[in-house]
Amino acid sequence: SSRWLVLAIAMVRFYMEKGTHKGLYKSIQKTLKFFQTFALLEIVHCLIGIVPTSVIVAGVQVSSRIFMVWLITHSIKPIQNEESVVLFLVVWTVTEITRYSFYTFSLLDHLPYFIKWARYNFFIILYPVGVVGELLTIYAALPYVKKTGMFSIRLPNKYNVSFDYYYFLLITMASYIPLFPQLYFHMLRQRRKVLHGEVIVEKDD
Amino acid sequence: MKHYEVEILDAKTREKLCFLDKVEPHATIAEIKNLFTKTHPQWYPARQSLRLDPKGKSLKDEDVLQKLPVGTTATFYFRDLGAQISWVTVFLTEYAGPLFIYLLFYFRVPFIYGHKYDFTSSRHTVVHLACICHSFHYVKRLLETLFVHRFSHGTMPLRNIFKNCTYYWGFAAWMAYYINHPLYTPPTYGAQQVKLALAIFVICQLGNFSIHMALRDLRPAGSKTRKIPYPTKNPFTWLFLLVSCPNYTYEVGSWIGFAIMTQCVPVALFSLVGFTQMTIWAKGKHRSYLKEFRDYPPLRMPIIPFLL
Repeated sequence: SSRWLVLAIAMVRFYMEKGTHKGLYKSIQKTLKFFQTFALLEIVHCLIGIVPTSVIVAGVQVSSRIFMVWLITHSIKPIQNEESVVLFLVVWTVTEITRYSFYTFSLLDHLPYFIKWARYNFFIILYPVGVVGELLTIYAALPYVKKTGMFSIRLPNKYNVSFDYYYFLLITMASYIPLFPQLYFHMLRQRRKVLHGEVIVEKDD
Repeated sequence: MKHYEVEILDAKTREKLCFLDKVEPHATIAEIKNLFTKTHPQWYPARQSLRLDPKGKSLKDEDVLQKLPVGTTATFYFRDLGAQISWVTVFLTEYAGPLFIYLLFYFRVPFIYGHKYDFTSSRHTVVHLACICHSFHYVKRLLETLFVHRFSHGTMPLRNIFKNCTYYWGFAAWMAYYINHPLYTPPTYGAQQVKLALAIFVICQLGNFSIHMALRDLRPAGSKTRKIPYPTKNPFTWLFLLVSCPNYTYEVGSWIGFAIMTQCVPVALFSLVGFTQMTIWAKGKHRSYLKEFRDYPPLRMPIIPFLL
């Protein structure tokens, strides 16, 4: 979680210096890209089992992060100063600091209750807010994508295939509808199991 | 003759669901399932899983009561497998779809391509050839389902039909869209490429059919016996010397041929996904063969000779 703290500090410092969020993305982008790509390691952690999250959940999470960082914000310059970008960056930063503190302290077998509480309660607000940030960003990018036809392959071509990035983005936005509730309710169920279970034990004591 | 008593408990709740007395010692699990259905008609035999241990493996329909490690009062645990659908139904539905869907694109039915192309015909020979090959392939599959295959399981879970049909129908539409598109580009190396690809396709279709026939002849009608398959007089079956599942090998070959013939990326992707799935199945089958038969030929690989 230290890398996210680095990111958070950089973001706060920048904001205090410049008094505006414009140009924020530009200054933190290298750090962001480096760390977010590093997040691929998350999947390995799940696979070898040092982290209890399922590989599929982690996979969806990491893919959407990599998608947002590389395929949207990095590639579509006009939207880099949108407020929605700041929105999801802030959400990701807070989420990751909480999550990594939780994992680190758990591994060390010394977990302050506050960290556990934060990990299983912050998401209730953070998740929907983050989704709003991501969706607004993609939505803002749509006109530019349509105009430039970027990342698209058109017919005719000798491999007889086509790909329209604009429609791909529309489908991606639509896929949030089935995927987000599943992840959200998964976390709610985990929360009930962990926090609710904890309460029962204390009562017996 | 000593009779058995059989009690059937729910595997999750341990609730007593059924008690059968005076069961014959040589009764099979299939017969016991039929008796259970009488008291619980919503659980027809195909959706019953009976086991000796709540978390253990399902007992087979052919298992005989007195041969099982049970006392004179046998306890079985029941799990509901969910709504079932017959393999034949699933196969017929998932294969009829692509056959029909591809033709919609081939005949350029309205609302697929621009209106000026409605019901027009492609000027490329390879497009007509591709339609014949694709249609032949699925007609062959439908006929094999009706007349050739002998299924060891009668049914599969109902949700599989939705999953399978999405896969087959989806890919068929995606491939057909590009092959029959007015802006389709014929293969780079022209007639040479098409002829070679067609040869590969035809050989692999014949091969695949030969293997299906050979497998059918291994198993008498109505039985569920399993034997090691061996090469027959038909040269296409000689691939059994090198692989456990030559039907899958030939199937992959057919689709590679079709991909080369049409030079179309979606076809290549379909072949790749199919290859991945068939490799998983072949490895599973290969492992079962090795477990069941001590004298299984050591030279054989699951799907690709010497490699995989």
